[in-house]
Amino acid sequence: MAETIVFQSLPSRPAPVNTEGLVPWVKNNLFANWQSSIVTIVVGAFLLYYVPQLINWAVITATTVANADACRAEGVGACWGVIREKYRLIIFGRYPFAEQWRPLVATLLMVGLLVMSCTRMFWKTWLIAAWVLVLAAFFALMYGGVGGLSVVQTDRWGGLPLTIMLATLSIVLCFPIAIAVALGRRSRLPAIKTFCTIYVELIRGVPLISVLFMASFMFPLFMPQGVTIDVLIRVLVGVTLFAAAYMAEVIRGGLQAMPKGQAEAAASLGLSYWQTQFKIILPQALAMVVPGIMNNFIGLFKDTSLVYIVSLYELTGALGLALNSDADWRPFKLEGYLFIVAIYFTFCFAMSRYSLWIEKQLNKSKLR
Amino acid sequence: MAVAPRKPPTKRDWSWRSQAFRGLLYQILAVLVIGGVAWFIAHNTAENMRVRGIKSGFDFLAQPAGFDIGESLTHFDSNDPYWKAFLIGISNTLRVAIIGIILTTILGTLIGVGRFSRNGLVRGLCQTYVELFRNVPVLLQLLMWYLLFTEFLPDIADAKQIGSFFLSKGGFTFPAPVWENGHLWALAGIVAGGVGAWLYRRWAQSKFEETGHLRSMFWVPVIIVIVGGVVGWIAGGAPAEFKLPVKGEFAIEGGGALTPEFMAVLIGLTLYTASFVAEVVRAGIQSVARGQSEAAQALGLSTGQEMQKVLLPQALRVIIPPMTNQFLNLTKNSSLAVAIGYPDVVSISNTALNQTGRAVECIALIMAVYLTTSLLTSLFMGWYNAKSAIQER
Repeated sequence: MAETIVFQSLPSRPAPVNTEGLVPWVKNNLFANWQSSIVTIVVGAFLLYYVPQLINWAVITATTVANADACRAEGVGACWGVIREKYRLIIFGRYPFAEQWRPLVATLLMVGLLVMSCTRMFWKTWLIAAWVLVLAAFFALMYGGVGGLSVVQTDRWGGLPLTIMLATLSIVLCFPIAIAVALGRRSRLPAIKTFCTIYVELIRGVPLISVLFMASFMFPLFMPQGVTIDVLIRVLVGVTLFAAAYMAEVIRGGLQAMPKGQAEAAASLGLSYWQTQFKIILPQALAMVVPGIMNNFIGLFKDTSLVYIVSLYELTGALGLALNSDADWRPFKLEGYLFIVAIYFTFCFAMSRYSLWIEKQLNKSKLR
Repeated sequence: MAVAPRKPPTKRDWSWRSQAFRGLLYQILAVLVIGGVAWFIAHNTAENMRVRGIKSGFDFLAQPAGFDIGESLTHFDSNDPYWKAFLIGISNTLRVAIIGIILTTILGTLIGVGRFSRNGLVRGLCQTYVELFRNVPVLLQLLMWYLLFTEFLPDIADAKQIGSFFLSKGGFTFPAPVWENGHLWALAGIVAGGVGAWLYRRWAQSKFEETGHLRSMFWVPVIIVIVGGVVGWIAGGAPAEFKLPVKGEFAIEGGGALTPEFMAVLIGLTLYTASFVAEVVRAGIQSVARGQSEAAQALGLSTGQEMQKVLLPQALRVIIPPMTNQFLNLTKNSSLAVAIGYPDVVSISNTALNQTGRAVECIALIMAVYLTTSLLTSLFMGWYNAKSAIQER
């Protein structure tokens, strides 16, 4: 006789272990197993020992009084007074003191334009006109000679305006060269291909500093008798030619990644080589390499610090100018360095975040 | 109504409509323009040099240099010729570049792998490091390290001392072994150990393929090499004489020494480039398909084994080309040493340029050195890349 089966409910399962909130996060991320716990304790002890010391130096015992004697006093940490004393020399270099509102306005215009160019809302044709206007305004303000502004020779330019100008102008100017060279390297014409390849490999094989030396020492020899070109322009040409080689490689990467069908479809529609390149291939290829272009721009922004070696006083050079000859403030050069580190970091970090954002935007179109 | 067939285009090879003709024309044009510019520059340069009375040619290389070099592997004084100064500059550049590349690879890989750590603290630290170091110009970092080494370390008179190691504004001084012929035996022992380790690995591999039993492929070879070295050292009479640095009144004498310039260049370049290498390694590891990591876990591999045996070998193929670029960048960035007075090839060429006024020759020398180095590095990494590529059947 079959046993009667009585329905019996199983005991209920325990509620799931909490996986959200602070405690489980700490457990999973800091004390997951014994190795992880040891690492946490060692690293934590290290941080607990040094971070308070750093904060103590930089904030608690620091002084912001612009007085070198107050900074030398016993028990005083960082001397931010040096920046209060020298910030105009550091940011604007040797630009005439009374006229420093001009580079300030010029820089703000340029930065504003850069920010606008990075915002989707403003990607319209009038942006190009805005570029032309702002660049003209930048040089008018910096150089003067128009509207009653006194003329300031380029050897007095310096600091942040110079850094931003060199980086922006060279990236803008290098773009057409880079596109031409990138197309040239993929050309079927052997002579053009060879020239472009030699150019790219030659420039990429040597350090920027040798190009700058060339611009500074050899370029005057290249010009006919009696022709002299301003050192700023020579350096700008050098940096542009240097940046163009790297940019050409980034663009070539985009060109190579284009599926062959695009060019074939264009050819079957009867488009010419230039129509194919400018209407079909380049728009897609350039969109693909925007992150690479951004990276190049960040690299170039940092590389402008090298012009200091050929005696142009951009940020790094201006700091030396401000502190090296001043015995009172010389001991506080570290604080000065940290100040310009903060400036460079702000710009570069913002750009790298923007690069990540735009990468996400571009990938959106590929998601289905 | 039938359309009359169009006549085939008559063959007009040498007209504007022929692609071949246009191509040829463009190329001739390009050659003419570039040749013209080159001639223009060469002509002007020759003319300018004649007018200004600048001599040209490399004959100055044999003249005495007339300056001293702060640090060199061999003896150098101001009576030695320029060519020797250049060689010392090249050796200093290579010294920084090679040591820097080794240290950067180790540090960058550790940090790149650290960004996948299960420990949140390690992840955070690695990310902070990368963001902090790659967003600040390398020149600024070099200048800051140099400032730290020359301003914030104690004077030579009260140098920090641990045993026979000294750290002061004069640099880092450490005991160095005195070279004897016995060391040659030790080197020979290490080489023999290396051969032995290679043979052992081959044998272990064939055994593994035969029986499936995997022997230690790392620690045993390492021990073989060490034993080889120790045996050689004992056979050579166990030379153990060290030259200890002694603190004098003005300087710390004897032993090996690292100058503050060298340390600033090396540390600055290494820390800067390591942040880029870390990103390269991270991107490489992320490029390995997710299934690989899941499969490794399903097979019961530990986290370390998973990284070492599954993820890294596959990531290596993606990593090598950008890594080559970073190595080249490090080598090229070592030219910034001129800013802090480390006598690398750029610094020495710069001095020679200022003394002799031969700008063209000196800059050509700098470029030739870096082009050669870049080319050799690319060739080596290309060979390594081909070796580690997927062996397709």
